[in-house]
This record gives sequence, C-alpha cells and structure tokens, in this order.
Amino acid sequence: MLWPRLARSLLSRPIAESVAPPPDGTVAALVARLEAAAGTRLGRSLSIRHVDAGSCNGCELEVHATSNLLHDLERFGLRFVASPRHADVLLVTGPTTRNMAEALAIAYAATPDPKWVVAAGDCAVDGGVFKGSPAVAGGTDAVVPVDLLIPGCPPSPMALIEGLLALLAANAPEPKKGPAGQAGGP
Amino acid sequence: MSATALIRSAPQVAPQRHLLSAEAWAALPAALIDDPEMAFLGLWAGLGCVHAAFLHPEDGVPLIASCLGDSYASLALARPGAGLMERAARDLWGVDAVDAADRRPWLDHGRWPTTTPLAARPPPREGSAPQQMFRPVEGEGIHIIPVGPIHAGIIEPGHFRFHVQGEVVVRLEVRLGYVHKGTLGLMLGKSPRAAVPFAARVSGDTTVAHAIAFCRAAEAATETPPPPRAIVLRAVMAELERLANHLGDWGAICNDAAFAWPLARAGLLRERVLRACEAVFGHRLMMDRVLPGGVALDITAEGAATLRAMLAEISAEWPGLQRVYESHASLQDRVVGTGIIAANLAARFGAGGVVGRASGRGFDARRMPGYAPYDAVDFNVPVLPGGDVDARVRVRVAEVDAAIGLIHRLLDTLPAGPIYTPLPIRAGEGLAMVEGFRGDVLHWLRLDDGGLIEACYIRDPSWFHWPLLEAAIEGNIVADFPIINKSVNASYSGVDL
Repeated sequence: MLWPRLARSLLSRPIAESVAPPPDGTVAALVARLEAAAGTRLGRSLSIRHVDAGSCNGCELEVHATSNLLHDLERFGLRFVASPRHADVLLVTGPTTRNMAEALAIAYAATPDPKWVVAAGDCAVDGGVFKGSPAVAGGTDAVVPVDLLIPGCPPSPMALIEGLLALLAANAPEPKKGPAGQAGGP
Repeated sequence: MSATALIRSAPQVAPQRHLLSAEAWAALPAALIDDPEMAFLGLWAGLGCVHAAFLHPEDGVPLIASCLGDSYASLALARPGAGLMERAARDLWGVDAVDAADRRPWLDHGRWPTTTPLAARPPPREGSAPQQMFRPVEGEGIHIIPVGPIHAGIIEPGHFRFHVQGEVVVRLEVRLGYVHKGTLGLMLGKSPRAAVPFAARVSGDTTVAHAIAFCRAAEAATETPPPPRAIVLRAVMAELERLANHLGDWGAICNDAAFAWPLARAGLLRERVLRACEAVFGHRLMMDRVLPGGVALDITAEGAATLRAMLAEISAEWPGLQRVYESHASLQDRVVGTGIIAANLAARFGAGGVVGRASGRGFDARRMPGYAPYDAVDFNVPVLPGGDVDARVRVRVAEVDAAIGLIHRLLDTLPAGPIYTPLPIRAGEGLAMVEGFRGDVLHWLRLDDGGLIEACYIRDPSWFHWPLLEAAIEGNIVADFPIINKSVNASYSGVDL
C-alpha cells in the first residue's frame, strides 16, 4: 500500500547525500573566466536545458540520475527546464553530430542571455571516441562557445553535480568558502 | 522452394553465409512471404553487396543471404522491418533496393561532407540538402504537431511528426538519424580490441549486451571461445544491466502517468544497482568491461557478496512497489488498453525483447539461437498477449524477478579459472546475438588476414520497435504518447549508429 510508505517517508530523514565542495582550483579558474566573460549575475539558482547533440545515451542515464533521491539536484537550486527559453544553462552531451549541429545552434540562439554552456562527457569535451568521424562536427565547442567541461564516460551524477555547483559558486554574488551544499542550498 | 532452401542452395562463403545470384535474391521476397516462420534479423550492405540475416525456428541458427551488385530486390514487402534498413543501407553504402516502395533518405539529412560515406569512394555532396518529406495526411480538421529533434525532457533527439484530428493521433511518423556518429565506419580497419569501445557506445544503456555480442562475433570469427569464468561474468553483467534498465523504465512509465512516487522509489533501486556495479566492476554502467576474449576484470568473493546484498535489498522492496502499481486505479486506467501493438504486427516486424514478448512473440536470443551460459541455467521468459502499455510493464516486472534469480544462480555456479584469452590474429567471419534489456542485439563482422575489421554490422532491437511505436500510437490521444513511447523505450543512438 502506498499510504504507509508515504507516512514513513514523511517521518524519516531525507536520504539525499552530501556532496563534496568543488575543488578550489576549479572554482578559482571559473571565477576568473566568468568575471572576464560577463559581469551579469544569475543569482543562486540555475535553470538547465539538456541537449543531446549525439550521445550514445549513457550520459542521459547519468543526467537523469542527478535527480534521483540520493542526488536530488534541485536542493541546490539547479533544475531542468523544458525549453531553452527558460534556461540559464545548456547542458550538452554527446559529440556534436553534423545532423544535430543546426539544432544545437538554434537551441543556443533561443536561450536568453546571460547563458552558459556546459559540455558534459568526454564526447562533448572533444568528440571523445567519435573524434574524426566524418559524421561528427566535433565536441560541443565546434558549434557553440563552451564555459565548463565535465569529463567522464559518462560523468557520474556526482561529477555532474559538482561541475554545476562549481558554476553556481563561481557565479554567486559573493563567492563563499565552505561547503558548496550551503552556497546553493535553499 | 522454401526461403531456407533457396538460401542454402547458393554457394556457402562463410560458416553461416551464402552468396545468392541476383536471380536467386529476386526470388527471396516471394519465398519469404510463403514462409512466415522465417524471422528476419537484419539487412545491411558492404562494398557492392547486400546482406540479410534470418533465423528459422526449425534451424535455430542464423543464416545470412548475400548478393553482389549495387542494387537488389527489396525485402520490405515480405518483411516490413527491412524498410528502414534498406533506406539506411542506401544512405551509408549507396547500395539500393531499386523496387522499394519507400526510397526516402533515412540517416542522410544532407549534412555530411560526402554522400554514401561507407562506399569505396564516397562522392562529395553536390547541391542542396534534401528536405524532410513526410507522408501526407488528408482529412477534415487534420492538424500537424511537429516535435523535436530536441525534446522537452532529458532524452535523445529525434523528430516526431504527429498528424492529429482533435486529440486523436491519426498518424505518427518518426524521423531519426540525428545522432548518427559514423560508428560502423570508425570500426573498419581496427582490431576487435580497438573497436570494442565503439560497440560499447552504440547505445549506452545496452553497453554490456552490445559489447558481448560484438566480442562473441569476433570470437566466432577467430574460433576462440573465451574462458568459462568470463562467459558467466559477462552474463552477470548483462543481467545487472537488464535489472537496472527495467527498474528505471518501470518508474519512468509510472511517472509518465503523472505518478511520481514510483519513479522516486524505482530510481533509488536503480541507483543501488549502479553503485553495486561500480563497486564490483569499477563502472556504474559496466562500460568497457567486456573485451574480445573475455572480460576486463574479475570479481572477488566480497564483490559477489556486494551484489547479493544489493539484490536482497531490491527483492525486499520490489513486491511492495508492485502492489502500489496494482492498487491504483488512476494508474491502471492510464496503462491498460493504451498503445496496443497487435500480435500480428509484432510478429511481422519480428519485434524482440519486451515489445515482442508483451505482444505474444516469445522470441528470446538466450533461448534461440541460445548461447552460454544460458544453456546451463534455468530462467523464466515471460510472454503476455495484451500488447498494451500494461503488458509491457508486466513483462518488465517478471524480467526483473527473473534477472534477480539468474544473477544469484550465475554467482552460485561461477567457475574458477582465467577471465581472458587473447584472440589470434587471423581472418574470419562471425555473427552473434545477445539478449539485451530491449531485445536481441545482433553483431556481424569479417576480419582480414591481419585480424582487422574489414566489414561489420550492428543491429539494435530498436530497428523493429520504432515502426511499431508509430503503429501503437494510432487512435490514441496525444497526451498518451509519452507513456506509450516510454513503454516501448526504443534507442535512438542504437539505430542511428
């Protein structure tokens, strides 16, 4: 039965796990880069539009997993939205295939400024194992400017969350030291 | 002459392959129509040749028919599942089914630097890109809803063209090819060891099954069976992959009926599986753990205990989740009778896996053609007649139970010994079928004298599922598309290659 289970959930502690703060070096590099790129502040929440530009769907599985009970991406003010019009961040996975290049460019153009592009996964970084294929344009940066790379094949949900939190921390009005979970917490 | 006899009467050029004359191939469609039992497994091309694979239940082993030339008689009327493959073969190799009813481009969107990239000398593209052409629909009040390639969720790209009358879908046409990465071309000229990462990335959610099928094809080509321990470890990984994906799909289907709680719980169980896989095999999806000649790493006694503990945790919660599924009328109302795939359609397309078994087609590559270690263990293959979303959910549920039991038994019988045998460098040709979580995965390859891949083909089960999705939505309302789509869960990358 559902009701006893719901009642148990209500009375128990959340099971979402804590996340290690992003490495200082990553944050510092991003701070410098983002400040150089734009003075605009996005605040403490980011809306993310995912675009699969040619992935094998391994990255999608792990992007999905960032929303499960143990990772709970939304507690950090990060949420997935259904349209690039609603997005601050394009999270791009996969090598950018020639057949998806135009769609990715249109999605980028449809995203209002200020906007950031995160290339997630080895293929999005530089084409990965598909680098050099005549059907592949390259990594995400072959088509749109990229602000953050999250390597991995696929990147684990924790790696994805840490990367996105680094973006959030680097972009906070007053970058704070301390656990990233607090910096982005509700 | 039966189709089997027609193929077998042609000269045999490889263990399972016969080279038909153009006349013999031209007789194939009629012979296939007369022999509905002959399952169609796939159609692909090479340099100036075409290949089609079949499996007759009386034979129990796949049979490949080949024919030389740049054109051939279409099989799509006899086996509708061949339709998309013929279009793909023309786009990739320039080998043409001249009399096919549907000769529109499939993978080629007019954006590659050349046409027919796998031909001997791909010609540079001339002129403008071909426009997408959809079948026309006529009628009063017909409305078109174009969706994609980028969809609203976290999902692979593809274009869905709905023609609706009111809320009712009159026709759905799916256009894919957006994630075409040139995978087959990248594998050519490489050793099996160098090419297996591509097989593992044909469809990330099926990385284990695709890698096993590729490796078994390479092992067949070099006549080098892997050690028994590696065979059982591969099966453990394949069943873990089935378990993780079915749990995720079960939750996602419930979520598409706007019931989020099952997704939360099933997502947690799926995460438990993936973490156990990472702890034991070093990778959450077990990517690159299967190698030609064996597996990349062994498991320890603690590893087996980790897997058993995880299975026990799932076994404890899973029945309770089923009771929730059974007892919620609002959920049942959404899944029962929705998105029906008729048994005769599933049979005609040769649909495998969950989609086939939920529509009465009991095909399972673990049983036929069958392969080790499944010939030595007992397991249940659920088959239901309904063909609706509910039937596909129930087949998955039964397969979760079966996978849990299988993993326990495989761990019980794990033989001792090495986990890897290097493949000799030699020529050969091999085909293998593996039952992935979606259905039967087929890999074929030919090695040259230097042991490098001279020709290869990969067929994901989704090739037969996409056309059936188009059929399943007909007469349903637009709002039911997500749940029907999820219940089929075809791979985009798997067919785009």
